This record gives sequence, structure tokens and C-alpha cells, in this order.
Amino acid sequence: MARIFAYIIHKAGVADDSAAELIAAARAIDATASPTALVTGSGADLDLVCDGLRSSYTEVWKIDNHALAYPNAELIRKALVKVLPPQSIVLAAHEHFGIDLGPGLSIKTNATYVPDVLAIEGLDGGQLKVVRQEFGGQMSTHVQCDIASGAVITVRPGAFKPQDSARLSGNIVDKSSEAGTLTAARRYLETIAAEAGDVDITKHNVLVSIGRGIQEKDNVHLAQELADALGAAVSCSRPVVDAKWLEKSRQVGSSGKTVKPKVYLACGISGSFQHLAGLKGNPFIVAINKNPKAPIFQVADVGIVDDILEFIPEFTNKVTGMRRAA
Amino acid sequence: MEILVCARRVPDTSENEIQLNSAGSDIERDDLVYSINEADNYAVEEALQITAKFGGSVTVVTVGGEEDEEILRREMAMGATHGVLISDGTFMGSDGRGIATILKAFVQKGRYDLILTGVQAEDGGAQVGGMLAAMLDYPFASLVNSIEVLDAKKLKISREIAGGNREINEIDLPCVLSVQTGINEPRYVGMRGIRQVASVPIPTPTAAELGIDAATVGAAAAKVKRVDYFVPALGKGAEMLKGSREENIEKLFELVATKGGLR
Amino acid sequence: MVALNEFVPLGALGPASGQNLFLIIHVLGIFCFGYIIARRLVPLFRAQRDLRFDRPRERAGNLLKFWLAQWKHPRYRGAGTLHILIFAGFVLLAARAFIVLTADPYGLGLADSTGRFAHLYGIVTDYAATVVFACMLVAMVRRLVFKPARYAVPARFGKAHGGDAIFLLALIAILMMADSLFAAAQAAGQSQQGAQPEALAVLSLPKLLQLGLASFSLPTLSAFCAGAYLLHELTFYFLLCYRPFGIQFHVETSLFSIFFGKLDRGTLKPVRWGVPEEQLGQVKSFGVKTFEDFTWKHMLDFYSCADCGRCSDNCPANAAGRPLSPRFFTIKARDYAFQHYPMFRNAGNGQPLIGRIYSEDEIWSCTTCGVCEEECPLLIEYIDKIVDLRRGLVDDGNVPQSLQKPLKALESRGNPYGKMEKKRGDWAKSEDFAQTCSVNVLSTANGADTLYFVDSISSYDDRMQSIARATARILNDAGVNFGILGAAEKDSGHEVRRFGEETLFIALRDQNIEAIKGIGVERIVTADPHAYNALKHDYKDVPPVEHISQVIARAVKAGKLKFKPLDNAKGAVYTYHDPCYLGRHNQLYEEPRNVLDAIPGMRRVEMKRSRDRSFCCGGGGLLLFYEPTEEERIGVKRVRMAAEAGANVIVTACPFCMVNIEDAIKIAGLEGKMTAIDLTELVEQQTQREVPRELETAVHGG
Repeated sequence: MARIFAYIIHKAGVADDSAAELIAAARAIDATASPTALVTGSGADLDLVCDGLRSSYTEVWKIDNHALAYPNAELIRKALVKVLPPQSIVLAAHEHFGIDLGPGLSIKTNATYVPDVLAIEGLDGGQLKVVRQEFGGQMSTHVQCDIASGAVITVRPGAFKPQDSARLSGNIVDKSSEAGTLTAARRYLETIAAEAGDVDITKHNVLVSIGRGIQEKDNVHLAQELADALGAAVSCSRPVVDAKWLEKSRQVGSSGKTVKPKVYLACGISGSFQHLAGLKGNPFIVAINKNPKAPIFQVADVGIVDDILEFIPEFTNKVTGMRRAA
Repeated sequence: MEILVCARRVPDTSENEIQLNSAGSDIERDDLVYSINEADNYAVEEALQITAKFGGSVTVVTVGGEEDEEILRREMAMGATHGVLISDGTFMGSDGRGIATILKAFVQKGRYDLILTGVQAEDGGAQVGGMLAAMLDYPFASLVNSIEVLDAKKLKISREIAGGNREINEIDLPCVLSVQTGINEPRYVGMRGIRQVASVPIPTPTAAELGIDAATVGAAAAKVKRVDYFVPALGKGAEMLKGSREENIEKLFELVATKGGLR
Repeated sequence: MVALNEFVPLGALGPASGQNLFLIIHVLGIFCFGYIIARRLVPLFRAQRDLRFDRPRERAGNLLKFWLAQWKHPRYRGAGTLHILIFAGFVLLAARAFIVLTADPYGLGLADSTGRFAHLYGIVTDYAATVVFACMLVAMVRRLVFKPARYAVPARFGKAHGGDAIFLLALIAILMMADSLFAAAQAAGQSQQGAQPEALAVLSLPKLLQLGLASFSLPTLSAFCAGAYLLHELTFYFLLCYRPFGIQFHVETSLFSIFFGKLDRGTLKPVRWGVPEEQLGQVKSFGVKTFEDFTWKHMLDFYSCADCGRCSDNCPANAAGRPLSPRFFTIKARDYAFQHYPMFRNAGNGQPLIGRIYSEDEIWSCTTCGVCEEECPLLIEYIDKIVDLRRGLVDDGNVPQSLQKPLKALESRGNPYGKMEKKRGDWAKSEDFAQTCSVNVLSTANGADTLYFVDSISSYDDRMQSIARATARILNDAGVNFGILGAAEKDSGHEVRRFGEETLFIALRDQNIEAIKGIGVERIVTADPHAYNALKHDYKDVPPVEHISQVIARAVKAGKLKFKPLDNAKGAVYTYHDPCYLGRHNQLYEEPRNVLDAIPGMRRVEMKRSRDRSFCCGGGGLLLFYEPTEEERIGVKRVRMAAEAGANVIVTACPFCMVNIEDAIKIAGLEGKMTAIDLTELVEQQTQREVPRELETAVHGG
């Protein structure tokens, strides 16, 4: 059995949630697997992360290099190529960094690249069977991958539920010297933060979220009225921002904000995974959509098939009415 | 600046209903409308805007068969100078790596300063760009949402990262960039434009002409193979409220209240 | 009228010099005018062709109706009356001016003043001068004191035009004054000399002046005469040469703009006049991109604008605060022409208009409702120009993203929603409906007399499908043997064409024509006025097309359709909203009203803006996808008009009107107080049927 590594992304000394998910993914490949965490970075933050990972990973490989203070996939790939044993299986989260790192890494380590995996059905000989999606999530597929000479596998964030397991006491292995000096033809300059809007949706416990189903800018006020009645905020999916009906700061999703509300009302949202990727913390999801086949109904707790343009104002009336009575 | 855009013809997700065919072996392709992958179209527009400012030409290349020529014509109608269809029977069944291998052979026959692809196509792989870059040993960046030409040797680009933030990088030419939708506003191309380029010749190099070893491409070399398509059994999913609108509203109000939705 | 030299001892100015001075002024004046006109004509010779020399009898008829009889002017009562008086005065005085000017200084007897006709003419023109003079004063007061809103110039269009207007009004007043002064001084002089003076009309300006001058000495009168003459001549030629530099140019060009005006409503100019469709592939550039891409008639239109503001006053886009104002659309082009074709330097190179004088949003904002063309007294055209500019934008690929999606969907699926072709006829298959009314899909094997052309919105939009179903039921009830094209039908392409995508339009049109020819129907019926207009004017070689309201009206008359009385317990008051493409463009105003009035218990009111003045709902077809910058929705304004008229139900006869009005009712916050219903839905609802629905089928009746 080839060695399984999990590349850990982290920020400000804290590992990303995907760190736990990657363990679950590794176990799906091989139930007895004990993946090794791969962490790159620099200085105190890196040490903090590695320390934290010891309780869930038996081994944590650390690559500490000044050049890696900001995670630049071009540099990290070079480091990993030097450090990874042949035919390794590398797991990573399929998000903006994984997408940047994965393909090139697979070529340089001569491994098979399997991106955006939703489920892993098992390993048979050197053949791994996984589940992926195509056509924007409208269709699922079983995919067979020959990983005999290694693999780079990215998994969909949130697809693999972290398992409870005993607290470990892993050891940290410093691989910094093996990585050596790192240069690349792509240099990080800075990060420009998204414009802060007037409302910070990440701070709200209840969100009324709208998608394409709101149909036009002039209907957005319906969501706002419901939000006002509930004491909530209005958020949205990407198409609403693309159409310029709401500012970018309201967008929930992989290219927008990550929110952890208690209650999430998804109105006229189809439920693409890019949108759901921004929804964390297991909120109570209510989905209202005209299309009974919308993927959102798979992940929602409660679903209503109805026209949001009619449903929302009536629901708003109900809420305001009940509050007045209360 | 010579720019190459790698494009792909895909079923248009907005104008199609993707369904399983009756045999369950593939999606129903009878009534499908195809077009260039949306992100690739944005890439071509970006390339055209760059060459409009700095000179040079845009080549659009795709790997496929006769039916894929239409996307090349459309992009040429948009303004691309050259369209190339790399076509060979041995390419059938190639996985992402196979496609990248084919494209690499093509790139090495020419001289391109910049290679663009769309960030991902309908299979959601988002891989060909990164693979091609690694094979060519060119620097790579994905999810690019803005490109600024600094000089003949460098670009300043921004990548789309979490939270709507933008990661600004400097990258040396030649490089490969995968481009995100929304990077620009692509110009309109109508039937008239396509008619005007209808008779422009489109070269169709074969594997032999590009020096591609058949053992490295095609189904035989593919390490990743799609076994089937399926629609997942609707698991637990949502508890669907099935009453009248009034009843649903009542029930929903109760649920929202108990879950802490009222402040 | 006496020859000048008979009375006026030109010695007052010196014998030879006097005559020569006047002669020089004549020659100079005419030469200047000729030069100016020649320069003004330069761009017209560089312009595109425009075939306007056909049907001269019709054109002459238009000239009599719109130019001589000032047919459109009374639509604005005050200004209209003023203008009719001024125009009549001008026409009458023109002959007199000619005589005054030539004044027969060589005694050739050109102006024989002794006849009764001459005397009568003298009286008439005396009053004419008076009336025109008075009108000038009234007009100046209007401008300075009352300031009608439509004359205002929004800041973004430059400085106000009021100053220039007053200047011109004053000049004309001076002209009248000079004319009258001349006649007055002449008559006074003749009186004094003992000759029988020309009797000036009682209480006319000349008469009043004559009384004022009566006591002056002969030499003074002679000086007045010569002075007035000189003033008149100078003012006349100044005006003549000044007019082509501003809005007054319409005095000369109106004759031509009206004679060459567009004869066929609802049609669009081809991409190039004189280039048949098959040869369009050879045309290098479609549409208008530079000024010279306009046709000579369009350029003439720019010259002819009188700045009256009636077009913009009625334009729905302008009312909603969109960047488009038809008046300034024309004025800006005119100013461009003046700037780039100056009097003395060479013409500037053709430069793109979009981004310079026009913005893209301005051009996409037009709903093509046609009210501007309906109001313009000079028959200036707008729709063809907007469409030509759009053709240019499309040719350059400069189409807003919001429109690219539906255009692409139209290209691949034949409808702007991207829905599958095979589902186009599914509206007829909905369970409840199909049980009571079966709708045949026509083919070569399965024919009928009549084709019901449904078009895209009524086929695919959940809400508008009820119009299709209602129409099918009505056709059934009226015993019409009909069917639909189903999946073979493509979008009529009406808006595609008006958005400048001519090539896509031709493709859609040809597919439809082929499908229609294949089924061999005798006539076509539609409930969609845009499809109606397309089938009537944009399509060739198809069977005659009718709107459903015409079919209903006929069926009611023939007793085939009977209506149940309305239940008016809820106090419903109806008002009919004329759809632009049924009403204004095709002049079908009465049939829908007759149909409504045939329903017992109908209480109907008319909105102020109705019939040819109907206020567009906001536009249909591709306009539903475009997101304009505006202050208030056009539809909201219309809904408020209905409320103002005292109605609480708006009846429309167009699915696009329905979309806009229903949306507007919600946005205006009038839900519950105002509803909208389509004519077909109302008729279907109120139709009395003896036979139970379940037994009806489409082929029954024949």
C-alpha cells in the first residue's frame, strides 16, 4: 500500500477544516490508512499548525521555508516533489489552492490526477473507484483510476465527514532541508481584500439567501423585507452578484464568503456545490424553489416547492403578523 | 504577443436538460446544444483584448473531431487569427493528462508567449492547464480574474481566492493561465460573423505530424476512465412540505422559530 | 400695390445707388443662401442610398395632409394653433414678400395692383402680417413666462435653447413689422400725394402704423418706406441664411422631409436599400457606425427637427429617466453634422457615433413603440435609425451581456429562454386543458385552414401559456379550424430584427416561412402583436395574418361567440391598454374595444393616453432581458395612469404588456388594488357555451 499524504492548508496558525476531512478520505481508500500530514509555511504559525495536527495525524511532515510564508503553489510543488516518496498518494482539498497545485504536482510526480472527488468507493488492486460530478452537478459519475504509480486526489470540501477517532500523539518530522532552496517564475505580491459591504453576512445567525430565482433586481426587496421581519440579513449566490443585483460582499460560496448561520433560507437557489461550499457549521437549511429537482433539496433539511416571488411576501406577512401578536 | 487559447466544445449547460439516456450509459445527447466552454470563451476575449493593445495574434486550438470545428470558427469570427483542430483517431478516450500531452506537442511546434485555458470545463476537472504548464515547465496560475501586461517578459495577474479576495502575483512569460468566468465581457458573435470566416482554412494536424507517441495518449494510456453516469438516489434529502401554501407557511414558521430563526 | 419707384423717389437714397444697393443685397442674399444650402447638401451626397421616389401620388397626398393642412399640429392644442396661424401667415405672406422684394424696381408691371384680387390679397396679407406678429409676441411670452416643460433642456444635453428661440421669434416679428411699416408708409405717402392709396385692412398692423404715420412729411415717409424696405430685405435674407444653422431650417426642409417621409408603418428599412438579401454577405459593414452610414433622408431628418419636444414628451424611455430622448437624439446628430461639415473648412473624417454623441445604453433603451414618429409634425423617423445603430453595434460585437444569452439561445434553440424545441407545443398538453380542448400540431399530412402562431413567450412562459390556452379555446368556440406548428415553430424574430441582429432574424424567419408553407394554411392568427407585426410586415409570401381580437370581433358579430354578463359585485372597472404593435403600428384600436363592449355588464374607461397616444408598457421580446439605467419603470407609470383613469382592471392584448404590467402592479405596490387580464383570458372566461367543454375538440366545427 502506497503511502497516503494529506496536504494541509492553514491560516493564522489554524488548520483548515479539510484537515479532518482528508483523514476520512484516506480511510475510504484504505480503512487502515494512517495518512501523513504535509504542511508548508514559515515560522511560528507553521509550528502552531503542526502542533495542532499531532492529535489527529500520526506523522506530520513540516517544510519550513521563508519563501513559503505565503502559500505559493508553484514553490510548494517544487518542495513536495523533492520530499515525496515515489508512488505516493497525495490528498488535498479541491479549492483554490488545490486546483492550483494538484495538476502540476501530478505531472511532476508522474502520478494520476483525480480531481474533485465526492466519494471513494474503494481500492481494488491498483484501481481506485471514486464518484465525481459533471455538468455543474447535474450528473454523477463513477470513475475508475489507475493509481498504481501514485495519485494526487483532490476532494470536495464537505464531502467527507470527519470521523471521531482517538486522540493521537503524532510526531513532527522536519523536512525543510530536503526541500532545499525554492524559487519559481511566479511571485506572490499581495492580497487585495474584497470590498467590505455595509452588511457582514458572516456575522449573522439567520440568512435569507437568494439565487437566480429572484429573477430581477426589483424583486430583491422581497428578500430584504423578509430579512427585516426575521432580524436576518440578505445573502446570495454567485449569479445574483454577476448580474449586479447585490454586491459581492453578500455572496456565499467558494468564491464568496463562508458563513456559519443557524438558519439558512435558500430561496430560488439551485444548490450548486460552489455555493454550498460557503455554507459551514451544519445550519438548518430551508430550500424554497420552483424546480422540484433542484439539487438543493438534497442537502436541505426542509424543502418547499413553490414560487419564491409569491411565497416570500406571504411568509413575510406571516412573520410580521405573528410578531405583532406576540 | 502570440497567445494560444486551448478550448473545448461542451454541451451548453444553460440550454440543455442533462438527463441519463435510456441505457444508462451516457447522458442523452440527441437534443443537446453544444458550444464553446464558457470559461474558454472568456479566455479568448481576454486574449483578443491583450493583442488589441500590444499587438500579436490569437490562436485557438482544440483536440477533437469535425464537429468541434464550429467552436473554432466562432472564436475566429470573434477575432482570433488562427484556429487549429488537432484530430487523430488515436486520441479517442484520452484523459486529462492525454489531452495535455497532445497540447504540449502542439505548443512545442510553435512559439507562444502566453497560453490560456478556461479554468474548467463541464467535467469539472480543472486540470489541463496546470498539467500542460508542468509538462512544458512553464509557470502556471489558476482562477485568474485579471491580467495586466507589465512588459514583454512579465504579467501581473490576480487569482480568485476565498472570500472574494484577490491574490496578486507576478508571473514570467511564457506561462500558462487558467481563466475564470467574469474576467471580462466577451463581445457578441452572431451568425453573420461566422459566415464571414466560413471559408478560412483550419489546419488539422495529426498525431504523426505533431510527433505524438500513440502510447502516451488515447484510451489505452488513460489512467482515469469514466465508468458510467448516474443520478444519485435521492437520499434522505429534505423533508418536503406538501401542503397548501398557507399550511406550508405555518409549518415553516414553527420550524424556523424552534431553530432560533427569529430574533 | 404700387411699384416702388412710382412712389418712392429713390433719390432719397440716390437714384442709381438705391436700386443697385437693393440689387446687391438680393444677389448677395441669394448667393449666400445657395452656398449654405450647397454645403448643407454635402453630407447627403456622401450618405447611403434611400429609395424615396416611389409612389409620388401618396407622397403628394402626405404633403397636402401634413404640410399644408398641418394635420399633426392640433395634437398639442396651444402650440398647434399658434403654429397653424404662423404657417398660414407665412404661406400667404410668401407671395407678398416676393413682391415686396422684387418691388418691380424696373417698372415691369409684375405686381399689378389694380385688380380686385390684388386688393383682396392685400387685405388678407395685412391680417396675416398682423396675426403672425401677434403670434410672435404670444410665443415669446410662452417661452419666457409659461415655459412649457417639453422645451426644457436637461443639463446633460447642453445649454437651454430658449435664447436662440427668442432671437428667432424676435427676428420674425421684426420682419412682420418691416413689412407692415413699408405698406403703411407707402399708403400714407400715397394719401398725402393725393393718389388713391392701397386700402389697408381695418385694425391690421399696417393700418395701425399708417394711422401713426399719417402726419409725417413726405420725405420722412419716403425715408420710412426705403428704411422699412431695407430692413425687410436685410431681415429676410438674414433669416434665410440663418435658418439653415438651427431649428428653423425646418421651414425649408419640412417640405422635403414630409414628401420623402416613410409610407409604411411597422416596416423596417433593409440593411442597405437596393441590396437584396442574397447579396448581404458582400456588404462589408452592417448598420450605422459613422454619420455617413445614415441615409440622406435620415440626415435630412436631422436638419428638419423643429425642437418642439413632442417626441420626447411622449417617449416612455425618456419618461422613465433612461438616457434616451428622441429630441436630443436628433439634435445631437444635427449638431454633429454642422460641426463636421462646416461652411468653409473641409469635412472631418467619419468618426464612430457611439461613444461620441450617443451612448450604448441610449441606443438599447428604445422600446420601438413609435410614439415619437406618431407625434412628430415633420414626419421625422426614429425607429429605422435606432435599428441601424443597433445593427452597427451588433456588427462590432458590442452587445450587452444580458442580451447575448437570449440571442445565443435564439440561435441554438429558436427561443430566447434556451428551452428545448420539442417542448414548444407542451402548453397544449397540460392535463386539465388537454382534456377539454385538443390542439393539433400541423404538418403536411395534418392540415387546417388556419395556423395559430403562438410565438415564444406564450409557448414557454408559465404565466403566458394561459394566453395560448385561452386563444385556443376561443378559436374552438368560434368554430375555427386551426392548428399550431408546435416544435417546428421558431421565434418570430420580431425583436431580434429590431435589436439589429438581422442575420439571425433572417434565419428564424426563413425557418418559419418554410414550416408555414409546408402546412398549407390559408390564414394565420396570433395573439401576440409582435408576431402579428412580424408576420405582416417582416415576412414575405405568407398567408394573411390577423390578430385574435379581429377574429373574436367577427365571431361576435356573426353570433358565433356569446358572452355571459360580468359579475360586477366587486366593482371592477376595466380599461384597455393599447399595445404598441397592435395599436399604433397597425392601427387596430377598435376591434379590441368592440369586443370588450360586447360583454354585458362591461364598465370601461379610457386612459388619457390611449389609441395612437397609448403609453408603451416598457417593451417586449429581448427588452425583457435588457437592464436599462432608469429612474422608474415604464410599466409603473402606465399602471398609475390606469389608476388615475379610475380603473382597477387593465385589459391588454399582448403577452409582453402582460408581463410588464403585472410586474409593475407589484412594484407600484398596487397588488390587490389593480389586476391585469389579457383580452383572450377575459373573452374565454365570459364565453357562453352550451356544449359541455369535455366534448370539444379542435377539429370540430370546421
